[in-house]
Order: sequence, then structure tokens, then C-alpha cells
Amino acid sequence: MFEVLSAVLFDYTVRNIALGSAILGVAGGVLGCFAVLRRQSLLGDALAHATLPGICVVFMLTQTRVSLWLLLGAGLSAWLGALAILAVVRGTRIKQDAALGIVLSVFFGAGVVLLTLIQQTGAAGQSGIDRFLFGQAASLIRSDVITMGALAGAALLVVGVFYKEFKLLTFDGPFAASLGFPVRALDVLLTSLIVVAVIVGIQAVGVILMAAMLITPAAAARQWTDRLPAMILISALFGAGSGVAGALVSALGPNLPTGPLIVLIATGVFLLSLLFGASRGLLWSQLRERRNRAAALSGGGA
Amino acid sequence: MKPVLKPGRERAAVVAPDATPLEVRGLTAAYREKPVLWDVSFHVPEGQLVGIIGPNGAGKTTLLKVVMGLMQPAAGRVRVFGQSFQKARRYVGYVPQRGSVDWDFPTDALDVVQMGLYGKLGWFRRPGKKERRVAEECLEKVGMGAFAHRQISQLSGGQQQRVFLARALAQDARLYLMDEPFAGVDYTTERAIVGLLRELKAQGRTVVAVHHDLGTAAEYFDRIVILNRHLIAEGPVGRALTRENLEAAYGGSGAFIGDR
Repeated sequence: MFEVLSAVLFDYTVRNIALGSAILGVAGGVLGCFAVLRRQSLLGDALAHATLPGICVVFMLTQTRVSLWLLLGAGLSAWLGALAILAVVRGTRIKQDAALGIVLSVFFGAGVVLLTLIQQTGAAGQSGIDRFLFGQAASLIRSDVITMGALAGAALLVVGVFYKEFKLLTFDGPFAASLGFPVRALDVLLTSLIVVAVIVGIQAVGVILMAAMLITPAAAARQWTDRLPAMILISALFGAGSGVAGALVSALGPNLPTGPLIVLIATGVFLLSLLFGASRGLLWSQLRERRNRAAALSGGGA
Repeated sequence: MKPVLKPGRERAAVVAPDATPLEVRGLTAAYREKPVLWDVSFHVPEGQLVGIIGPNGAGKTTLLKVVMGLMQPAAGRVRVFGQSFQKARRYVGYVPQRGSVDWDFPTDALDVVQMGLYGKLGWFRRPGKKERRVAEECLEKVGMGAFAHRQISQLSGGQQQRVFLARALAQDARLYLMDEPFAGVDYTTERAIVGLLRELKAQGRTVVAVHHDLGTAAEYFDRIVILNRHLIAEGPVGRALTRENLEAAYGGSGAFIGDR
């Protein structure tokens, strides 16, 4: 067992995979905090699904395997999805949840149709385009990791620069607007950064499960702290940890899919946080409640 | 002096000291095709406490939104200290409805109050020691000094309302727009807010507050604006807050209003 583990840890390919998964975990973890706090968890899901037609179209046009181009297509397509959601919400009486559902299914449906077309041409074998469905961290090469790192780094930099503004927008948008901050532009910027986090992750986790890497680490981190900076940090750590752990476990055995493993590990972290989280874990609040009740019954306390 | 980027301050104006804090003329606003405000005109003199009352759906919140440019009017115009709101916003403080935000947000009372200083700080600059001190003073003024580091979801409704007021105080404005500051607060908070309003008045500041409790309107405010989509009446409490006007606004017998 130990030899397997050390072989895995010092293997060049595995290090690539682990590094890539860590990067996706950090990007998803940080941007996911804002998505979750703004109650836009499902926006991430819709945008992730909306990347698929973009990937397919870029591949059909160029036959490229370079992930940068495929990811640009993915980003553009997710962006169009975001615009479509906005247009539906603003232009009709349809509410946000229905708009998200419509965009998610229409874009994903179109993506699957294109994917089938690609597979019929027989190019799919070499293209590996279907890896974007469930993710295939094992296929990550050095240049992929560099692309992911650059995208994630840029996104995190922007979050750092606009941290105060994003926090205000997330907590109290109308107040931010009354102070003169251009909330619509900030909203577009934050949504675009979520798109970036999504395209950083889809190679390893896949478009179907990517939303989990936005939602789960952030929701888990919330159980441990009542401060936004700490929540962001913990969420990034949980995301990175789940990414690395998932990548390593999948490297241990043949045919263990990385993406789903990463998501399962992140979910495990979330469940543990829900139970034992220091700030609002179920265990502590149960204990507190019991203690309070005992104090009240014995006539103590106040 | 280092130039600081300020949001919405590019065309900020210096206003005349005697300019009318708020003037609304012929204002009509609608959500889609549904009109909410019809041809509403009134003005607010400096140093007055003004209550906006009217039944649910009368357009009170909409009026505040239009005044602050958060919503575009279909017709009419708003002047704040003789300027457009965009040019005068640094003189305006805003207290939204308490229920308009998620109090489960991971932050503490002091941090929320510091948000009142973000407009002055401008883009990118983070609050420092000075902002922290101002925020602490504002929390003291609303009797919340001991709760600076309390997670905001652990505050009572009244305490949350006082945090919002402290945030507005941090804005150091000349005109305060408040949306239902007395809604669902406990007695202590109600007294604290009343004291605060009088203090603001004593400093020559102007407050326009949406209010829902007809029983206290005459006690708390100098002037009243009665709305029900149309302007029903406006003016000093003694003149505007009459039984006839209230019946016109609320309909029915108005028996619940009591003899006033």
C-alpha cells in the first residue's frame, strides 16, 4: 500500500493531476462562496452545463485538442447562457429558477446533440471530447495545468481587488447602488468570474458535476466560521483538499473516475462539517440546546 | 492629495447650504404596465422629520427607490438638494428594510456599519483604523457598542435595525431615507430610534421615513406625506394627518385609526 502511495505521489503524471485538481478546488471554493451567499448556487450548475455546446462547436470547427481553445469556447458558451438567463428574467414574467432550468437543459441538450454528431464522425476516439461530460483528470497534461492555473490566478486576483465591493454587493445590493457602486456591472463581473471557475474545473470534474465544486466546499466552510474571509479561506482549502484527495484515490486504481471521486470526497467533507462544524455544526448546537434546557430546568442561567 | 476613485462621484456637486433636501415633482412610476405612483409631487424642507404613510402597495418603497435612482420613473423628476440624486448622493444616507437582506451573512455588526463608509472610501480602498473608530462610535450612538463583534444573525430584530441605523449614521448624511425603520422592533429599539431621529433633527438633518403605524405618526414626525398611489395629502402633521385624509388613503371607515 505504502509503495503504491509513494509511487503515486512522486509520479509526474499524478502530480499534474493533483495540482490541476487542487487549482480547480481553490477556484471553485473561492467563487463558490459568493455564489452560495448570493443564493445563486444553481447559476453555477446552469453555467457549467451551458459550457458543453461551446466545447463541441470549437472542436467541430478546429479539430483542436488544445484545451485553451476548448475552454475559451466553453467560457463563451456559458456567457451566452448567462445572458440568456438575464434576458428571460428581465424580458418575461418567468422567474429566475425556471430561467436557470430552461437555459441549463436547452444548452446541455444542444451540447449532447453536438457531442453525438462528433462521435458519429469517428473523431471522438482521438478527440476525447466526451471527457468533458464527467471529467477526466487523468488526461490533464502540463499545459492544461498551466492554463488552469493562469485562469484561476487571474480570477482570484480580481476577487482580491474587488473584495470589498463584492462583499457589499452580496450582502446588500440596493445599498451598494445607493452609494453609487455600479451594481449591474459588478454583478456581471462576479458572474463572469464564476464562469472562469467553471471552465477551470470542467476538464477534471466535468460539466455535469462541476456545480458541486462551487457549492459543496462553500457550504461546508460556512459551518466552521461566521466571517467571510475565513469562510473563503476554508472553502478554498476544502476544495483543494477534495481535489487532491480525489485525484490521488483515482490514481490508485484503474477505472476510478476522478471527477465523481472529487465530488464524493467534497460531499464527505460537507457532511462532516454539517455535523461537527465549529460555528453551526449540528453536534454543537444539540449540545448547547441540551445544556440550555438543563440550565433552564434547574432554575439556573439568568 | 492622492486622487481617490469614488463610485458615482465623477460628477459630484457641491450643494447650496439652503437647498431643499428633497423635491418630487409629477412623479409617475410603474412596474411593467402596473402603475404604482401617479403624478406625485411634494417637497421636504430642511431639518424636518417626515413620515410617509399609506396602505400596503401604496408605493411608499417605490417612491424611495425612484428617489435614489434604483428605479426609473415613467415621468416626473426628483431633485435632491437641487441636484439629480446621482450628483447629490454623498449627502444622502439610506436605511433599507431590515428584511431586504440575509442576516445569515457571515459577518459582524461592526463590519456592517463600516459598509456605510464604503462610498467615501471609494473603489479598492479597505476600511482601516479610522473607519473602525467611526463605526464603533456609530454603534455606541444606537446603544449597540457591546455588540460590535456579534455575528449579525445572533442579533434580535430590533438590534439588527439599530445596526442598519448605525450604518446610515456612518454615512454622515444631510438627508436620510429610511424604509420602515420601526417595523417589527421592540420597545427599547423604538425609543432608541425616536431619540436618534430627534438628535438628527437637532443637528439640522432631514429624515424621510416610510412609516406604517398611524398611532405614532403624529408623535414621531413633523410632516406627513400620505400616499395611496396618488398623493392624498402632505404637510405639517396637524394639517395633513386628518381623519378625512386617512379615510381617503385607507378607505373604509378608518375606525381602526382611532379618534385623532
